[in-house]
Amino acid sequence: MNILVCISQVPDTTTKVQVASDGISIDKTGVKFILNPYDEFALEEGLQLREKFGGTVTALTVGGDTCKEILRTALAMGADKAILIKDEHKNDSYSVAFQISEIAKTMNPDLLVLGRQSIDYDSFAMAPMLAELLGLPSISMVSSLTIDGNLIKAERDIEGGKEVLESSLPCVISAQKGLNNPRYPKLPDIMKAKSKPIEEIPSLSTHARISTMAMQLPISKRIGKISGDSESEISDIVLALHEEAKVI
Amino acid sequence: MKHIIVFLEPKDEHSLKRTSYEAITAARQTGAQITGFAVSGTETALKSAAEYGLQNVVVAQHPLLHQYSSTAVSEALSQFASSVQADTIVISANATGKEIAPRISIKLQAGFIPDCNELSNDSAMRPVYAGKAKVHVKSNTPITVYSLRPNVFTAKSHPSAGITIGSFTPNLDESHAKVKVISVLKNEGHLDVSEADIIVSGGRGLKGPEHFTLIENLAGTLGAAVGASRAVVDAGWRPHGEQVGQTGKTVSPSLYIACGISGAVQHLAGMSSSKFILAINKDKDAPIFKVADYGIVGDVFEVLPVLNQKLKALLGK
Repeated sequence: MNILVCISQVPDTTTKVQVASDGISIDKTGVKFILNPYDEFALEEGLQLREKFGGTVTALTVGGDTCKEILRTALAMGADKAILIKDEHKNDSYSVAFQISEIAKTMNPDLLVLGRQSIDYDSFAMAPMLAELLGLPSISMVSSLTIDGNLIKAERDIEGGKEVLESSLPCVISAQKGLNNPRYPKLPDIMKAKSKPIEEIPSLSTHARISTMAMQLPISKRIGKISGDSESEISDIVLALHEEAKVI
Repeated sequence: MKHIIVFLEPKDEHSLKRTSYEAITAARQTGAQITGFAVSGTETALKSAAEYGLQNVVVAQHPLLHQYSSTAVSEALSQFASSVQADTIVISANATGKEIAPRISIKLQAGFIPDCNELSNDSAMRPVYAGKAKVHVKSNTPITVYSLRPNVFTAKSHPSAGITIGSFTPNLDESHAKVKVISVLKNEGHLDVSEADIIVSGGRGLKGPEHFTLIENLAGTLGAAVGASRAVVDAGWRPHGEQVGQTGKTVSPSLYIACGISGAVQHLAGMSSSKFILAINKDKDAPIFKVADYGIVGDVFEVLPVLNQKLKALLGK
């Protein structure tokens, strides 16, 4: 089974966000970048399927040179091959999906695995977009997956429960927490990954279909009434929920 | 925006999902023409949309739509949008919308603006970086697909004079239905955090799974869903379906009550768009108080029973 795992580099969760001087993106000064947390589940699933069925796992990302770091993490976890599509701009989800789809067409993978969302723009768009561009079925937010021959059976979280779905290979899935427990790369593998080749592919020009006009920090509109735990103070809070917030 | 197609999902025999009414309200406020589009639903459920100002609904009819397939639904909606030359598609960013909206955008060569929390006639606002920033986004294409964050757009009653239900027959074959839902496992007996109007969440401050009865009792009084922080889910005290936060669910209830939750960034990412937040924590410096509307600095074991009793008295329970 040939598996393509698409990953992305994102600011660490604890990053304090500041708007850059261009007014439409975040100031990257001092920001620590990490492998998107959901992509760890995607990589782990790819590796476990390879261990079961044989084949190869290729990790691919779209971005600048700094993204080589997450490709090295993927190689250290056990990916066979790493590809960087060099595009510093990553205009919108469509332009990223389009570039990945063009490379994927040359590889004919049996399965494409992604994280359910990247934690920067939180769009949840990549798996269905990529699948549509490739003419493939897709299942988003997969929390359980079994593959038998060409048949895929998956569970995914929906509001108030789970859906059980069937599809067939080739297919695109996006991984949710609970799918597996991602492995930690071992130190010797981390060292070895440093000298493994990363294939670089120049950016394919695309037109962004959406544009960010402005980025702002949200203004907190919280009431901020913090009190003690005496019975009368608790009564006041209950009254405020009823009369001021009108939520009960 | 001249003609908006709003995707409608039935909840039961009598009504649509609240997210569908929210989408109608958001679409109506742009001033454009609106057509509802559904692939299933009883006449009563579809006609309930009139209460929110919808005048036209079209139901796609095809054997391949009898068993839910995200690919077949996307194809049917795209064909309908093209047939009426709609320039805008509005879909809730719920679990269904997250699968079909990006697909439809590719089919229609449309810009896709996901997870919007404000919608205007020519653009939208959406949260990014887990709500730590927001962006104003415009589409560069003749057609645009917007998905709307659930529970943000309040469905407003605005009864229309009448509603007509039409039908549309899409041109589908088996290649459009390569993925199918074969069953749905409902969480019976309890409300899900992603659907609840009030959520009572517990964290490590509860000290053990057995103490979640305090959370459940309070949730019972309020008709609320039980939520949990990542720490208690990872510790196995609560199921993953209850987890609120970055690796769990993003929620926007009217009221979020955080009990014994310190407010790690990952947790705030999932609940900071709640309309009102009440935090109870014994550490007055806990980050959760920075996002709270109301806070009680105190021990959850002492505060929760008193709070529950006061709420019961207020609600006459």
